[in-house]
Amino acid sequence: MSTTGPDDRRTGRPADPPQPPQDAAGEVEVDAATPGTERARGLERASQGPADPRWPDAFARMVSGSWAVSIGAVVLAVLGGSIMIALTDEAVREASAYFFSRPGDTLGAIGSAVGGAYAALFRGAVWDVRADDAATAIRPLMNSLTYATPLIAAGLGVALAFRAGLFNIGGQGQILVAAAAAGWVGFGVDAPWPLHMLLAMVAGIAAGALWAGIAGLLKATTGAHEVIVTIMLNYIAFYGLSYLLATPGLLQAPGSANPRTPAMQDSAIMPDLLGPRYNLHLGFVFVLIAVAFVWWLLNRSTLGFTFRAVGENPAAARVAGMDVPRATVSVMLVAGGLLGLAGTTQVLGQVTTGFGSDIDAGIGFDAITVALLGRSAPLGVLAAAILFGAFKAGGSVMQASEGVPIEIVLVVQSLIVLFIAAPPLVRAVFRLPQPGPRQSGRGAGGRARRTRKEVSA
Amino acid sequence: MSTVATVPAGAPADAARHVRVVSRKAPVAFAVVTGLFALLLLLAPREGDTLFRFSSGTEVLSLPDAAVPGMVTAWVCTAIAAAVTAAAFTLLAAGRRVPLVLTLALALALLVGFLAWAGAGSSRDFSVARLVGGSILLAVPIVFGALGGVIGERVGVVNIAIEGQLLAGAFCAAVASSLTNSPVVGVVAAVLAGALVALVLGLFTITYRVNQVIVGVVLNVLVIGLTSFLYTQVLVPGAAELNQTERFGPVAIPVLSAVPVLGPALFEQSVLVYLMYLAVPAVWFAMFRTRWGLRLRAVGEHPKAADTVGIKVPRTRYRTLLIAGGIVGIGGAFYTVVSVSSFGEEMTAGAGFIALAAVIFGKWDPVRAALAALLFGFASNLEGALSVVGAPVPSQFMLMLPYVVTILAVAGLVGRSRPPAASGEPYTKE
Repeated sequence: MSTTGPDDRRTGRPADPPQPPQDAAGEVEVDAATPGTERARGLERASQGPADPRWPDAFARMVSGSWAVSIGAVVLAVLGGSIMIALTDEAVREASAYFFSRPGDTLGAIGSAVGGAYAALFRGAVWDVRADDAATAIRPLMNSLTYATPLIAAGLGVALAFRAGLFNIGGQGQILVAAAAAGWVGFGVDAPWPLHMLLAMVAGIAAGALWAGIAGLLKATTGAHEVIVTIMLNYIAFYGLSYLLATPGLLQAPGSANPRTPAMQDSAIMPDLLGPRYNLHLGFVFVLIAVAFVWWLLNRSTLGFTFRAVGENPAAARVAGMDVPRATVSVMLVAGGLLGLAGTTQVLGQVTTGFGSDIDAGIGFDAITVALLGRSAPLGVLAAAILFGAFKAGGSVMQASEGVPIEIVLVVQSLIVLFIAAPPLVRAVFRLPQPGPRQSGRGAGGRARRTRKEVSA
Repeated sequence: MSTVATVPAGAPADAARHVRVVSRKAPVAFAVVTGLFALLLLLAPREGDTLFRFSSGTEVLSLPDAAVPGMVTAWVCTAIAAAVTAAAFTLLAAGRRVPLVLTLALALALLVGFLAWAGAGSSRDFSVARLVGGSILLAVPIVFGALGGVIGERVGVVNIAIEGQLLAGAFCAAVASSLTNSPVVGVVAAVLAGALVALVLGLFTITYRVNQVIVGVVLNVLVIGLTSFLYTQVLVPGAAELNQTERFGPVAIPVLSAVPVLGPALFEQSVLVYLMYLAVPAVWFAMFRTRWGLRLRAVGEHPKAADTVGIKVPRTRYRTLLIAGGIVGIGGAFYTVVSVSSFGEEMTAGAGFIALAAVIFGKWDPVRAALAALLFGFASNLEGALSVVGAPVPSQFMLMLPYVVTILAVAGLVGRSRPPAASGEPYTKE
């Protein structure tokens, strides 16, 4: 399992846009032909056909490219969500009882149920059309970015581990440990503002890094599978934090019986970025820096190259003289640090009035989906996390105003990832042309067919 | 890794050393664990007797309860553990590997010692029957999940979606059993639900060759989303008709349930538990003693070779995956037709991930994976038993213990585990 993380997708980096769009198929196709041969085949295909093949070819590339697939995937997922909403809506069920006498009623009910839900989702995630002025109307978007903040950092952590061939399911534990450390510094230490906040951040990031580092170290020294160890560390962190929160004198707020911490000191809190109207905090800037850092690490640094090499093929990396165990430990340290940053922004930015053992809010697991949707690339993770943050922000508004349970968001999110991962399926549904190498990628038969066609042409 | 004894005399020195290094882990782990336990006894001695209750009142021959001095028993157990450790080192010196029996003996000795220490001075007793019976109940979904996971990986498909299959099984069993007032229909529905999730997994991983980890993770989220959505929208308003299941009652097996000590714990259970007893050896037999199993493993280890001799790789993978999904589904049904009588949001609470850990812990072997699952069940049950006697340790640390033990065991005993060679690899026919 560890040998086949989602990082097998050689072309999943945003740094190489000039590749022909056919590679989009190869991105999830582990066994697809190498990009080089695909490119060659693309040229081969371009050289055949009518006199001026450029425009049909350009069109074919456009509709079979990854953008068309992504849009198609979103459309399909939204459609799936709509079906769920329509099927379970009370008014739709009532109207469908007399569907054959007045079908219009059913359709109208479906329209208002589905339309209302998605309108509310939009209103809660992007732009509040009912607001009086633009400053208020933009608030949902700021909410979405706030929800996206920890997801970005956590998604980066999971994605980085993916690139090195490691599956980090331990996001929850790393976030909890980081929250505990950052929280303890946040309310227990006295220091002036920027210093105190930075101290708390360092504590949180270091705690997350060390927690994930345990898994990396065990993997490197004893070969213990990181999936087991990170899952187990999740539980250990959870119960450990529960103990700290329930014990007076440790993390529990003085004079309280609840398992919650006291509020963070003002000097440790990440200030609001755009004033008190919006809850977007300084953490957003930090995670943007993290995105840039991870991009640099993966694409411009020796260490990142080692990570990627180890992820692609550990045996080859070892033969090439790379220290695989060391890379395993380092990548888990960095990944844990990023998840620690997520925990830190939760404690110092989002929930500053004291937190319980649910401070991770499912981010550790959402991060896996974010990393997968973002194709384990930093900019992809950024976009995916903002999308998921928007769903989170919009979902609660949808639940409050339309009574549609927020879980529908999970359904739509997972469908999007599922469809994006399977471009051939989306193309088949929308009757988009399948790019040539995909069909012929099945082997010599396809190539032989093509050659015959060329000969006959 | 297991061929320790057969290093030829003429082999290079570094080869022999390599083998030694690998095999030394178990004795060292034994020594560490025994040492830690002795340290605990030294640092936190406790006064008084510990009560062990062996009878539950229904056996033919009931053993009397035993009150043993806590610390003495704990030290005796430590001595036994030390002896086991010494035996392991002796075997190591003789160049032989440590058998599983020795590991189990050490675990048992330390467990009894720990219970004796924890229960010392308490007026409440440890009921052995309750310890064992409760562990088995808690382990049932994990065992079924692990069996399904093992089968899936053996045929070359990594199944991260065990959690989703369990949850889908629990949901469908709840609805079907409530509608028909028949737990059997509930189990059938759960099997179908598990297989349906497996079908989607197969569609994306086998036909569309999407990365298996991606699909597994996403299917978990999808099933959590679907079941929670339907629960809030449909099950909560219609709880009386849709979410009020008929449960399986315990059935006593005539002779076996009268066996002293363990009889009632093992053989006065519900039908699904007996199904689990049968499923584990059945899966082992099917996998290692039948043509079906040979083909399955061939497809998982070397699909190209299997294809060359005429085994249809995608078809084998689909069929096996569906069977595995059905097995996991039974585990899901356990939640709603045995454990409790209604479905709750995310009621599987990570059991699928524990099952995944059991698959790896058990080195992709059905029997070992089932044992690992039992260990998890036992560990979760232990906390309850210890809180009854008023253990001296904060309950959070008790709850944490199984996971710490697992990490130690995985790092110390299992080590580098090798999955089936083609597990996770989509197969493209050349």
